[in-house]
Amino acid sequence: MSDLVKNIIRFTIFILMQVYVLFKVPHLHRFITPYLYYLFILWLPFATPRFWLLVIGFMTGLSLDYFTQTPGLHAAACLLIAYIRPFIINLLLPKDSTEFNYREPSPRTLGWTPYGIYVLTLTVFHHGYMLFLEWLSFGSLLTYLVKLVATTGISLLLIFATELLFPRKMRYRTNTA
Amino acid sequence: MRNIFLFIGRYFTFFAFLGFQVLALSFLFRYNKYHHTVGLGVANELTGWMNSKYANVDQYFHLKNESDRIHHVNDSLINLLKTNFLSPDTAAQFVQDTIPYDTLGHRRRYIWRDAEVVSNSVNSERNYIQINRGARQGIRDNMAVLNSDLSLVGIVVNTSDNFSQVMSLLHVKNNVSAIMKRSGNAGTISWDGKSPFLLTMTGIPKSDTIMRGDTVLTGTYSLSFPPLKMIGRVASIVKDNSSSFYTLQIRTTANFQNLQHVFVVENLQADEQEKLDKDTRKKIDEMKKTK
Repeated sequence: MSDLVKNIIRFTIFILMQVYVLFKVPHLHRFITPYLYYLFILWLPFATPRFWLLVIGFMTGLSLDYFTQTPGLHAAACLLIAYIRPFIINLLLPKDSTEFNYREPSPRTLGWTPYGIYVLTLTVFHHGYMLFLEWLSFGSLLTYLVKLVATTGISLLLIFATELLFPRKMRYRTNTA
Repeated sequence: MRNIFLFIGRYFTFFAFLGFQVLALSFLFRYNKYHHTVGLGVANELTGWMNSKYANVDQYFHLKNESDRIHHVNDSLINLLKTNFLSPDTAAQFVQDTIPYDTLGHRRRYIWRDAEVVSNSVNSERNYIQINRGARQGIRDNMAVLNSDLSLVGIVVNTSDNFSQVMSLLHVKNNVSAIMKRSGNAGTISWDGKSPFLLTMTGIPKSDTIMRGDTVLTGTYSLSFPPLKMIGRVASIVKDNSSSFYTLQIRTTANFQNLQHVFVVENLQADEQEKLDKDTRKKIDEMKKTK
């Protein structure tokens, strides 16, 4: 299956999952909203051009926004993580150019610890920015911080559960491929 | 000039990022004023369509709660029905309690309580139903049990503190008086232990005209059963030339395989009627002895 088709399917599943499962689960607490959909951006191939990364990030966020009736909120946050994603990957990747050996970030290609840092950083950026935009219109600083920690925690839990439940098969890319 | 282009070219992604970010933020902060400008109209159609599909499925998961609510409402409404009351006939009523009367002075005859079936069987020859109301909730022996559509299900035969055991109509010992709705002739319903959908009715004289599909109701003389509630419809007439009474197969209205909510009906005057009956027999016996 080509990368394009695979990612289109992934995109659909992530958005529907977010809207119709994670947003619909019984309310846990007013500080906790489970977010998973931005894992789609984290999983995009290494080789995605940076400009397209921005476009994809923007569209992903906006698609979710159309479901939640908040145009721009998730789009802005997704755009931010799409923008800083290449920097983080450059910092974390081993220097012996592994990026050409595998297609996309995963615990197997990066190793669990670097992948964990990658996920944590981008999650904090995403939630931090999104909740910040929400906080501008409503809430106190303390609420904002508690919300950030709680939401980040639940997102990390969801992401690692997803990684364990759906291990992606990473083909080692050779010259012949 | 060339340098400016080079500069922009070099930091193209950063400028693209800034541009998109401004776009997103302008969507966000102008949303309330200009929410038609960002294509939300079309997007709304799409998400609305998907949401309605989702809601269609989602509704099924709440059906149980919904039916619980409706059952409670039915319970409160059924208790108000006119047939539960007797009209005041003389001024000489004796006042014993406020509950048996409604404000118009009608005397309450039947109280309906709702209950849920906790276990049920149709496979045995002696089928019992267990419901989640018991002596503490006011259930006593010989109260009638009706399905949520008010068709007859059985009669309470035993109670514990919080549960009651109901003898289903599908019980070979069961004997219920019933009448044909069309002619008013009374007969007896029993079960032959074979099909959980078919009961047997006997005692209707052959002078009566019976057709398939005729309605069978509970009788009006019973102490336990509220009068004129559905039992079933005539499914077939068994040919029996030796008798002057019909033998009828009755298809039950209640589906005994999926009973969920039921009503337990108490006849408040049953004790009085029974006592009167007993006393009368005793009185007549004594009269005979003294003669």
